[in-house]
Amino acid sequence: MSRTVKFDEVVEAASALCGQAACFLPEDVKKSLLAAAKREAGEPAKEFFRQYEENFRIAEADGLPLCQDTGFAVWFVEYGTDVRFDKKDIYAALEEGTRQGYTKHFLRKSIVADPLFDRKNTRDNTPCIVHLELVPGDRIGLTLAPKGGGSENMSALKMLKPSDGRAGVVKFVVDTVVSAGGNPCPPTVVGVGIGGTMEKAAILAKTALLREVGRPADDPRYAELEREILEKINSSGVGPQGLGGSVTSLAVHILHHPCHLASLPVAVNINCHAARHARIVL
Amino acid sequence: MTRKITAPFGPETVKSLHAGDRVLLSGKIWTGRDAAHKRLCALLDEGKELPVSLENEVIYFVGPCPAPPGAVIGSAGPTTSGRMDAYSPRLIDCCHLAGMIGKGSRSPEVVSAMRRGPAVYFAATGGAGALISRCIKKAEVAAFGDLGPEAIFRLEVEDFPLVVAIDCSGRSLY
Repeated sequence: MSRTVKFDEVVEAASALCGQAACFLPEDVKKSLLAAAKREAGEPAKEFFRQYEENFRIAEADGLPLCQDTGFAVWFVEYGTDVRFDKKDIYAALEEGTRQGYTKHFLRKSIVADPLFDRKNTRDNTPCIVHLELVPGDRIGLTLAPKGGGSENMSALKMLKPSDGRAGVVKFVVDTVVSAGGNPCPPTVVGVGIGGTMEKAAILAKTALLREVGRPADDPRYAELEREILEKINSSGVGPQGLGGSVTSLAVHILHHPCHLASLPVAVNINCHAARHARIVL
Repeated sequence: MTRKITAPFGPETVKSLHAGDRVLLSGKIWTGRDAAHKRLCALLDEGKELPVSLENEVIYFVGPCPAPPGAVIGSAGPTTSGRMDAYSPRLIDCCHLAGMIGKGSRSPEVVSAMRRGPAVYFAATGGAGALISRCIKKAEVAAFGDLGPEAIFRLEVEDFPLVVAIDCSGRSLY
């Protein structure tokens, strides 16, 4: 049995998610920030946490974006194989939803049409990025994870040797986050993808950022690895805004995947403390 | 201790600011990001006059959100300063820029130019754009309007919370 969804309804839902993700910090992130604030003893770290809290309260009350960099619209879609559109398709709906949402909610348009040459702003924040997964059923799950440039620029990917092993992974992730310093607006959430191929590791790292902040990996070996990496990052003293303190990252989330016997790909993707995402099921 | 200062300001004020000082900044400042900096330096290369005067001025590295109805400006937090490292020494040396506001560390070349200037570098709170927008009392496009969020704006700010991250003696919190 197929189910027909209306193009216009998907556009409207996508547009609303753009505003919601930009202005409302998810509850798990708020909780994590408030808990982390208590672990800071010195200034200016404590002051930064006070401002983070005030900022998310103002953003929510006034419907203002948490951060002026309202990001690249990155959509994670679980698309039921029984879903049909009354016109056009999911890609067109998300493109139009992004266009309308970024305009309607007064979000910054941050996309340039060509990466290298004229770098002209497209003025409506399109195109968006769509990661589409086909799933059984007649539903569409839409998750929007707007991605700011400051944190995205601190991403890294390395094809380690299998002999580098666990220690090699720890070193690469910790070095990446520590050398990013204050640039990605710490305290950050660190997404790590281990295994797969080059592009698979990168998508795993980004997907890992969607997990509830601080919820450990299902596999206890990876949960232990997350703890160790987080501890090493936080003992670096980089701190909020890179100006010193005991909380550089709120959490490390790892996703892993089978990989080639010759390979050990590791990707790191970082979210700032305004770790935004919003979700709806249609 | 938090100090209140007003922009624009001269070398005496720059010299009195030390890394770690917390500051509430009021007065008038420019905005500018990568694209505007690139254009300013291109104009200097061509020996042309800049559309704005930078002497004793402060540039805030920001590309704000559009203003919703009834507001002066949208969310307006700092962007990563490192992307301006290629341009800032030029603006300090040739135009006597007195201060910069952004987030994240600066290159040794920028710090050297700040010592020569003198100039000061402030860190604003990255990711607190809604909070900072409340400190902005007036905003108008001053140059390069075609750049959209990357245009140069003239901002009037009141008690903008900052930390002196690198001072003109080269002391740095990073």
